[in-house]
Amino acid sequence: MEPQVLPAALAAHAPALLVMIPLIMSAPAAMIKNGRVAWVIAVLSVGAALAMALEVFLATRADGAIWSYAMGGWEPPFGIEYRIDALNAALLLLLGTTGFLALLFAGPSVADEISRGKRSLFYSAFLICFAGLSGVASTGDAFNLFVFLEISSIATYAIIAMGWRNDRQALTASFNYLVMGTIGATFFVIGVGFIYMTTGTLNMADQAQAIAAMNGNRAVEVGFAFILVGIGLKAALFPLHQWLPNAYAYAPNFVTTFLATTATKVAFYVIIRYSYDVFSVHTGFVSNAMIWVITPLAIAGMLVASTQALFQNNVRRLFAYSSVAQVGYMMLGLGMATSLGLTAGMIHLINHAMMKGALFMALGAFALSYGIRRIDDFKGLGQVMPVTSAAFTVGALSLVGVPFTVGFISKFYLIQAALDAGWWWAVAAILISSVIAVFYVYRILVAIWVTPPGESDKAAPKRVPLAIAVPLCVLVLANLVFGVYAEPIVSIARAAADAAVYGGVTP
Amino acid sequence: MSPYVVLRVVSKLLIPLIFLFGFYVHFHGEYSPGGGFAAGVVVGVGVILYALIFGMEAARKAAPPYWARVGMALGALIFAGVGFVSLFMGGNYLDYTVLDPNHTYLGQHIGIVAVEFGVLVSVTAVIIAIFYGFAGRERTGDGAED
Amino acid sequence: MVEIVAERFTYAVILVLMMVGLYAVIATGNLVKRMVGLSIFQTSVFLLYIATAKVFGGGPAIFDYDDLAYGTIPEDAIYANPLPHVLILTAIVVGVATLAMGLALVVRIREIYGTIEDDELSEIDHDDELKKGV
Repeated sequence: MEPQVLPAALAAHAPALLVMIPLIMSAPAAMIKNGRVAWVIAVLSVGAALAMALEVFLATRADGAIWSYAMGGWEPPFGIEYRIDALNAALLLLLGTTGFLALLFAGPSVADEISRGKRSLFYSAFLICFAGLSGVASTGDAFNLFVFLEISSIATYAIIAMGWRNDRQALTASFNYLVMGTIGATFFVIGVGFIYMTTGTLNMADQAQAIAAMNGNRAVEVGFAFILVGIGLKAALFPLHQWLPNAYAYAPNFVTTFLATTATKVAFYVIIRYSYDVFSVHTGFVSNAMIWVITPLAIAGMLVASTQALFQNNVRRLFAYSSVAQVGYMMLGLGMATSLGLTAGMIHLINHAMMKGALFMALGAFALSYGIRRIDDFKGLGQVMPVTSAAFTVGALSLVGVPFTVGFISKFYLIQAALDAGWWWAVAAILISSVIAVFYVYRILVAIWVTPPGESDKAAPKRVPLAIAVPLCVLVLANLVFGVYAEPIVSIARAAADAAVYGGVTP
Repeated sequence: MSPYVVLRVVSKLLIPLIFLFGFYVHFHGEYSPGGGFAAGVVVGVGVILYALIFGMEAARKAAPPYWARVGMALGALIFAGVGFVSLFMGGNYLDYTVLDPNHTYLGQHIGIVAVEFGVLVSVTAVIIAIFYGFAGRERTGDGAED
Repeated sequence: MVEIVAERFTYAVILVLMMVGLYAVIATGNLVKRMVGLSIFQTSVFLLYIATAKVFGGGPAIFDYDDLAYGTIPEDAIYANPLPHVLILTAIVVGVATLAMGLALVVRIREIYGTIEDDELSEIDHDDELKKGV
């Protein structure tokens, strides 16, 4: 691969470094006791990972470009291969960008929520989680993927549980996530085991060839079903989402921001990788799974989770349910089993990261200033924190899908893809779910802007720290700019979808 | 301090041997069963035996809890560091062959022993940390790692 | 019939263990027992992998030092497939890490809530929410 932005010596090892730099830097972050220094280490290493991700992304832009990196010099399919095409390059770039922005926000937010002695361990755990997610997104080896999945998950359980000082329910939420997440990961291993037993290889590209040659082997299909359920659990696919609302509601604000923008996205990527790349979506079993399992669950998730969101008083749990519904939109795009549908799913994946990032970051700013979580407490916030409230409003409108925001773009492409497939009922479901979204967003926005403030507890307006204001503004601007000028996002998503569906060669 | 003289004398003799055996398992683990995990547990158990016989105070003095925290991270650092060394020597990440200047199989030996040493340090530290975590724990204390 | 079962005996055992583990996770309200169930479930999967590594007549894939170095392993040597063993070694470590994390959480829950029974925990959580006026 030609070096793009980095010096050639670094660029040659970018796929390995973008995982290994956060992983190795988690060690010094755990060794020192000063939380601020650990934060600087975390920012620098995630920044380095972002630079590597940009390098990888630029290098794989060409049609069908695949960057294969042999770990330890052992050539694939025998060694562990890091295999990056347009699909995971897009994901890595998203992961790096949102991770970096969220980490800037973490500075003041974590200082507020985590006790002093635990901050450096917190950042260490976060770096491990970030490295694990990057590893899942870049590896081409099925078992390596499992290991990275568990690395990121275990770190995630730890950082969710660290929210217990604010609300002890973080502990039970984290425990439930641990049980569900471990069952999911174990299902994934069972699936990989079935595929390994039949194909004799763990390399995903190699598996794809072997599976194509087998032409409908039952054991392999059972393996696919196990993987779908296991990763569906991690991705919060509708009936398997029970761990998500509480985990998001009680984790520290920074953790929620980071997880909402990345964790389920990475699991979604694994589903795409398996159903479109390793297995072919055009074979009977997989396409049946898409149409009869993924699509109905996606639509049920969109409707049921949106409705559940209506009845929440804890704002973060409300948006957690909304996240489940948004996963439904992505899954619907996936379930169409067409290039257009997958493109729409990828567009929504990127856009959803922008809007949920902005929303949870604004909620974090509110919590930092006034320590509030319930909708009732939001009364009159618009008067004391007008700029943050405006940013929150943009994110909320984007979630609904108002024109000139990214939410509109993703819904536009999703509806277009549904019509192209002739699925008018899917269009109806999208519209109904959007209407429900209007209602729950309306409740919060009215509390912020219209209802007068109650008691005088919010008398003194507080300045939002720069470390929160800057990433929040970046995300809000991204919501608006890409809502008008959608071409960059759409082309990234289209390249990613083509890489998954056609192996990167646009027909 | 345990009042049993036999235990004290025998354990004083045994603990160095336990450590030695741990390192034997580590270095021998390169081409026979063994390796960093097993060796780390053996070495860690040596420290735990010391704590059981001579009391927590003496053990904390011999192996401070903060070392355990550092050790956990240091082990990971050694493992990943070997990968970076092989990068600097012109190979791929964790490519042991380049560790030997002549690029023979000797590099594989060096690499695996170094990497397993990282595992040994980490596992030892984790075993000790778990022991301290539970041994030094009050019923409603706040001293645990979360 | 007996032959069919006997041939698949390992898989039958694995399946039973898997179901026992999953059932324990779902049926018990005690968080520690739930972790035990989770461990049994994971272990059954380890067995599934290890069972596939067996090669009839093969021993462990351990050879003399000199054989390895000079590539003189006999051509007809029969040995078990080492790859699943390596994978499961990794998976065991992952499983232990999960178990440790889970038990650490249980200890913390016990300290803060004073119970590790699921139904009591959800009752306390429910009361908490009511107190906060949700």
